[in-house]
Amino acid sequence: MNRSEIRVLIPRAPGTNCDSETAMAFLDLGVKVEVVHTQRLFRERNLMDYDIIVFPGGFSYGDYVRSGAIWAKECEYRIGRELEEFIREGRPVLGICNGFQLLVEAGFLPGFEGRSIYPQAALANNPNGFQCRWVRIKHVNSGNCPLTREIPPDAVLEMPVAHGEGRFLFPRDREDEYLRRLYEQDQLVFRYAKPDGTFADGEDPYNPDGALHDIAGICNPEGNVLGLMPHPERAYYGWQLPGWTKRGTPPEYGDGRLLLESIVRYVERRL
Amino acid sequence: MRRVRRTPLPFPYHLIDLRGAEDGELIEIAALLGLGLSLEELRSIRDHYNSLGREASDVELQTYDQTWSEHCFHKTFKGLIETPEGLVDGLLKTYIKRVVEELRPDWCLSVFEDNAGVIEFDEDHAIAVKVETHNHPSAIEPFGGAATGIGGVIRDILGVWADPIACTDVLCFGPLDYKYELLPQGIKHPSYLFRGVVSGIGSYGNSVGIPTVNGAVYFDEGYVGNVVVYAGCLGLLRKDRYARCVRAGDWIVVAGGRTGLDGIHGVTFASSELTWESEMVSRPAVQIGNPLEEEKLKRAIKLIGEDGLGSGITDLGGGGLSCAVCETAYRYGLGAEVWLDRVPLKYPSMAPWEIWISESQERMCLAISPQNLEKALRIFEEEQVEATPIGRYSEEGLVRVYYGGLKVAELDLRHLFSPPRIRRSTSWRPPSLEDPIFPEPQNLEAILKRLLASPNIASKEEVIRSYDHEVKGCTVVKPLHGWNAGPSDAAVLKPLGASWRGISISSGLKPRYGRIDPYWMAASSIDEAVRNNIAVGGRRIALLDNFTWGNPEKEDRLGSLVQACRACYDVAKAYGTPFVSGKDSLYNESPLGPVTPTLLVTAVGIVPDIRRVVTMELKEEGDLIYLLGLTRKEVGGSEYLRLMGYIGGSVPKLNASRTAELYRRVISAMDLGLVRSCHDLSEGGLGIAAAEMAFTGGLGLTLNLEGVLVDEEMRDDFKLFSESNGRLLVEVKPEHRSSFEKLMEGVELSLVGMVTAEDRFRVLGRRGTILDLSLGELMDAWKTPLGGSN
Repeated sequence: MNRSEIRVLIPRAPGTNCDSETAMAFLDLGVKVEVVHTQRLFRERNLMDYDIIVFPGGFSYGDYVRSGAIWAKECEYRIGRELEEFIREGRPVLGICNGFQLLVEAGFLPGFEGRSIYPQAALANNPNGFQCRWVRIKHVNSGNCPLTREIPPDAVLEMPVAHGEGRFLFPRDREDEYLRRLYEQDQLVFRYAKPDGTFADGEDPYNPDGALHDIAGICNPEGNVLGLMPHPERAYYGWQLPGWTKRGTPPEYGDGRLLLESIVRYVERRL
Repeated sequence: MRRVRRTPLPFPYHLIDLRGAEDGELIEIAALLGLGLSLEELRSIRDHYNSLGREASDVELQTYDQTWSEHCFHKTFKGLIETPEGLVDGLLKTYIKRVVEELRPDWCLSVFEDNAGVIEFDEDHAIAVKVETHNHPSAIEPFGGAATGIGGVIRDILGVWADPIACTDVLCFGPLDYKYELLPQGIKHPSYLFRGVVSGIGSYGNSVGIPTVNGAVYFDEGYVGNVVVYAGCLGLLRKDRYARCVRAGDWIVVAGGRTGLDGIHGVTFASSELTWESEMVSRPAVQIGNPLEEEKLKRAIKLIGEDGLGSGITDLGGGGLSCAVCETAYRYGLGAEVWLDRVPLKYPSMAPWEIWISESQERMCLAISPQNLEKALRIFEEEQVEATPIGRYSEEGLVRVYYGGLKVAELDLRHLFSPPRIRRSTSWRPPSLEDPIFPEPQNLEAILKRLLASPNIASKEEVIRSYDHEVKGCTVVKPLHGWNAGPSDAAVLKPLGASWRGISISSGLKPRYGRIDPYWMAASSIDEAVRNNIAVGGRRIALLDNFTWGNPEKEDRLGSLVQACRACYDVAKAYGTPFVSGKDSLYNESPLGPVTPTLLVTAVGIVPDIRRVVTMELKEEGDLIYLLGLTRKEVGGSEYLRLMGYIGGSVPKLNASRTAELYRRVISAMDLGLVRSCHDLSEGGLGIAAAEMAFTGGLGLTLNLEGVLVDEEMRDDFKLFSESNGRLLVEVKPEHRSSFEKLMEGVELSLVGMVTAEDRFRVLGRRGTILDLSLGELMDAWKTPLGGSN
């Protein structure tokens, strides 16, 4: 598929606040982007007209109840079936921060046996409260996730996190089982890492939210639904990086671009 | 009371007969209705109703109370002040606004007129900026008080059709380890206030999605009784969307949250002193914000602004509808008719006057022409924001308010906006303070580490990390710089995708100097704000002033305020940096006495190309370190003396014209690419600034104090920790040495050190090596108290 024909849909809800920078980043990649209010989405749009859906960050519906919970229910009721079809067809869905929370709340992630009725994981309160900081995440997927195929295995990417609820957890009694399944189905995609590239091993601040097994991002068993807590759209340009001033001039791009470009490339190859 | 009559209507509505009332009766009426009006003001209102020949309604008197409050009308800054040097005809006019009037910069688009100051950004865009105080509410309920402070200042930016893109917060608390036994009744502990305020700001700003990029946290005993919360916001707008043309016939539309009993008499509360009873009496004046409502409102206003559908806009802040409608009508020479029953309420059975003056959060008041009304209302609906036309602007200068088919108020705007001018006198005498005499400490290493860990110098990482400073993805220079999270001098934003032009935001705050001399305190605050901005390459700087002072009816408080205002004019004029907006908060008094007089100066500059921004971390070994500016034995009010247990008397002064020239040269050197890093010298002076540059850059530094340019022989500790104004440290490549020194000819310049590859921070003094510490030791000391988890 020709890149300029790729259509990216960025749904937004009241309280979504990362849609414009996410749109800017995709526009820079040469694809078409539409930011659409969820109300308008189910009234006037057909999801199947799009090639990529990106649920952006923010505090949808104030994150009252639980982060992403209300927006997830809204999507489930209004566009649930369409969204399932979109995913079944192998079209890519990306959830960033609040978008990741939505995908977990709606049962799409980890989605061990397809979409679950109840969330199988939680993105719970950080032990240190809201944290805005740059972190390193290591690409650990072994090839199941087609959306990160362009990112070299074991590559360490630098991106900021900014969340108060992002501590990835499984139910205590199923922790081992679920973790094993993540490995078996190659659903782990990003894990928090230290500056030397080793895993954070739960150590603060490298693992900023205390996530189980340093999990920063996972995909569904089919690999076309990806959610992560860090913000690639805030690490897209070189001038957004925290350390460039030491070098004198900013590089053109940051690591966030690698991820978004990889998703676009997947769609290019696919059709 | 016989002069107050409840009408037999099915809703609470009172008529008050002021005609011929005596002073005692006026005071009684004011107390009964909860009005904060002075006797002189009450007399003026009585005379007005005498001439009208009718009773006043409660709605009318409440409107006067709101409009004439210190909070809304700034009586002190507009009043007449007798000083020993003569009569001052309005502090605002004489000292603050005069700078911009004399400089006449063509880039100032709207100054002291709107909710926010508006200055040029580039050919097509303008910057809107406003800083507010929210001290009183935060003292009573820190979370809600601080959160609604942010909410209010964001709406000030929406109130000039701008898109809010960054927040700035400066907070002043009592010492976190203050002894509980010493707290008077009704005063909350500094650490409780600190936690509440910080989480309130984070919760609101993060949820609305506006990065908090700049700020400060300051601790001083003088804030135990009066916490100080400054909330600022900066926005961007297209110049051609800056619509202000309200006409008769335009609809008055209330949009956003519903109106309730919360925030009644907020301005009255804010314009009085705090007492031990404030907790009980004024708690209802403080509110809890709903950031979700504000986010939706922000979206809708942005869309309406882009489509040019509104003819006027203002936020519903202090005084609620009464102030918004009356001020808008008065400003455009109009009147208005308002039907209060149409205002959407949180719950029924509010009295008309309550609806009229309620300060419920997350509401805006728009003026929309009849032909645009439908389109605008549709946008609100799509963004799930309630918006209701509640009245129309009319031709004549009268505001008529209706409820239940009855006219409940008819206000003559000419009278409403000419309150009696206050006339006050001052008496300020400088305190007799002198520098202490004490021997130079032997172990300066320990002193440096203790200073790094002292509350006003140590990292505020724990606070800063709890605010999202990256959302919107336009933060170039972040509050915590680099992976080592050092202290940036100013934040720099790149607000437009297609342009490299940036905005630099910085602050200056020197409360401790105010105890010695308010004039030099204000001068130092301005210099610090400007200097911080210069350090990142900011230029064409605009200033904002925010005064937090005690009760201006007391002569000494007012006297020191006049001193500070004088410095504002003198320094801002010499620097060519006009004030474009400001806000004062007076009556900050508690059972512990007046607040430490505090002037926050916020500076907003332009960085022409963010790829050439200058930051504070050391860049490369072998580079030379220059100190710009003259070091004097100015330790009065310094952090060093505080550590030693003194206040001192030698407050830092400022030669504004020389310093302005120095800053111009620094900017030239930056534009020629000669400056690799630059850091401002403030609390803790040379020693602290140099240490911060070293550990942030992860490079060693050797400083030679013998090279420091001084005006008199000085001890090493004073050279290290003097806080003389107008000084910067800059890093220059050795090959640029001659061109840099040539460019700096004629300004105070001294070569004081060199960057090394060693992990050492070394200082050479009169006795040889007086300091030799590893970077890790320095950073640990700096990060320990509030350093978060690094």
